[in-house]
Amino acid sequence: MTATAPQGTPTRPSKRRHVRTARGRRRALASISGRYLLLLFVLVITVGPFLWQISTSLKGPDENIFAFPPQWIPEQPTLQNYLTVAGVLPLGQYLLNSTFVAGVSTITNVMFGAMAGYALARMRFRGRTTVFALMIATLVIPFEVIMISVFVVTRGLGLMNTLTGALLPLAVTVLSIFIMRQAFVKLPVEVEESAFVDGATEWQTFWKVALPSARGSLAVVAIFSFMFAWDDFLWPLIVLRDPDKFTLTVGLVFLDGQFSADQRLIAAGTIIAILPVLALFVALQRYFFRGVGQAAVKG
Amino acid sequence: MIGRRWYVPWLFLLPSLVLLGAFYWWPVVNTGILALTDAHTLRGGEFTGLDNFRRMIGDSFFWNALENSLTFAVGVVPALIVLPLLLAVLVNTKLPGIAFFRTVFFSPVIASMVVVALIWSWMLRTDGLVNYVLQQLQIINEPAGWLSDPSLALISVIIVTVWKGLGYYMVIYLAGLQNIPDDLYEAASVDGAGAIRRFWSITVPMMRPSMVLVGTLSAINAIKVFTEVFVLTGGGPFRSSETLVLYIYERGFEGLEMGYASAMSLSLFVLVLVLSLVSQWITRRRAQL
Repeated sequence: MTATAPQGTPTRPSKRRHVRTARGRRRALASISGRYLLLLFVLVITVGPFLWQISTSLKGPDENIFAFPPQWIPEQPTLQNYLTVAGVLPLGQYLLNSTFVAGVSTITNVMFGAMAGYALARMRFRGRTTVFALMIATLVIPFEVIMISVFVVTRGLGLMNTLTGALLPLAVTVLSIFIMRQAFVKLPVEVEESAFVDGATEWQTFWKVALPSARGSLAVVAIFSFMFAWDDFLWPLIVLRDPDKFTLTVGLVFLDGQFSADQRLIAAGTIIAILPVLALFVALQRYFFRGVGQAAVKG
Repeated sequence: MIGRRWYVPWLFLLPSLVLLGAFYWWPVVNTGILALTDAHTLRGGEFTGLDNFRRMIGDSFFWNALENSLTFAVGVVPALIVLPLLLAVLVNTKLPGIAFFRTVFFSPVIASMVVVALIWSWMLRTDGLVNYVLQQLQIINEPAGWLSDPSLALISVIIVTVWKGLGYYMVIYLAGLQNIPDDLYEAASVDGAGAIRRFWSITVPMMRPSMVLVGTLSAINAIKVFTEVFVLTGGGPFRSSETLVLYIYERGFEGLEMGYASAMSLSLFVLVLVLSLVSQWITRRRAQL
C-alpha cells in the first residue's frame, strides 16, 4: 500500500523543516514520553488483575492472602495450588469435559462450516436464497432469546446433563459458514471448474482443490469455535446438572460459590482456564485479529 | 459453478441444516409458541393467549430487570465507543515496542468472561485490591462495598464489562484507522493543528462508521448481558443488578415457568431488533448526507 501511495513529502512546502528546531525536538520528545506514560498506565490496568491472580495462585497455605497492604510477591511461592486443583479437586474432570466440548465443536465447525460454505459459494440450486436468508436471520436473533426453547429441544432429545447436549448447539454456527463461504468466493473458480471438468466429483473438487486453498480461513474458524466453546458459560450452565459433567467455566463458578472455597485454588483454576486459549493466541495471533474483523462485520 | 446433480448441494448443507434447524430455527418458532402458553418444565402448557404479556406488564421484577439492563447499556456503550478509540489512536504508531502493547491490550478479550469475572470478584471484595489501591491514591476514604452495596453493584459490573471489551473494540477501530490517509494528518500538522485538534477534526469524523459499528455491537452485547452479572453479583443485592437475561434465566430455569420466560425472551428480542434497526437507520442517514 505504501508503495503505491503518492509521495507527498518532497513536493510539500519546506515549512515542516522550520519545526525541526531544538524546541521542536524537545516537544516531540515530550509527546513520545507522554505516549509511553499513557501506554504504561493502560498496561498496568490491563495486566494488573492477571498478575494479582497469578500472585494469589502462587501463595502458600500459611500465607495471609488478605494481608493489608496486599502482598504482590508471594512470601512462600508454591505450585501446590495448581497440583491440588488439577489432581485433587474435580477440576481435572472439568478440564477434560471442556477439552472434549471445545475440541469436537472445533472439528464440526470446520467440517460442516466448510461444506455448507462451499455449497453456498460454488453451487447453484433451488432454495439457495431461502437457505441464505434463514441463515442471515439467525444473526439477528441471539441465543439468549431462544435459550428456553433450545433447552426444551435438548431435553426432548434426552441430552440433558450430557456433554453431547452441551456441544450440539455450538456444533456449527452461521458465522463459521459465512467465513468459509467468503473464503471460497474469493478463490479463482477456474481452478475448481477445470478439475471438475476433468472428471473430479463435487466432493473431490471441494476436498482436494478448494479446501487446501482456504487454510487461512479454516484456521480462523477453528480458533474462534474453540475459543467460543471453551469460554461458553450460559448454555453449559443450563444443560449440565451433575458436578462431574461440568465444563471448566461452570465448574469454576460452582467451586467459587462453595463456602469452603480457597481463593488460592480458584486463582490457580482461572489461570489454568486461560492457558490453552493464551497458547493459541500467542501461536496464531494474526488469525485472531483477522477473525475479530470478520466477526464484527458479520455480527 | 461446480456440480450438476441437484441433490449434491443439499448433501453438503445437510449437517448444518439439521443442526441449525434443531437448535436454532425450531427454537425460534417454539419461543413464539411457548410465549402464548403456561408451559411449565414439568408439564406441557395450555394455550393462554396474551396472559403472559399481561403478567409481564404487572411484574415489577420484570420492569426492574429491564431498567437495570438499560442502565447497564447506558453505562457501557458510551465508554466502549470512546475509550477503545482513544486506545486505538494511542497504539496506532510505529514507536518501538508498540506491537507488544497492542497484543497485551487485546489479552482480556481471549480470557473467558467467567475467568475475568472471577478475577474481578476477588479484587472487588470489600477487603480486596481495588479498595486498597483507591485508598492509597486517596480517591476514597472508606472501603467501598463494590459488590455488596446496592447502589454500586451494577456500576461494578459495568466497569468489568468495559475492561474486558476495550481490546476487542480497539482492534475494530485499528482496522478503521488504517483507512485514514496519512496525508490528511500531515496537511493538518502543516497548517498548525495540534494533536487534539487533529483528533477532533480528522479522526472522529473519519471514524464515524466504525463508531456506529462499535456502538451497535456493544449495545446488543450489553442488552443480553448475563455471565458477568451472574458471577459477580448474582443479580443482587436485592435485585439491584438483576438484568433481563438473568431474570429470564431465573423464571425459566429456577421457577420452571417456560411460557412466561419465553414471553420475556420476546421482549429481549424486540430490544435487540430495535437496536439493529436504529443502527441501520443511522448508517443510511449518514450515507445520504
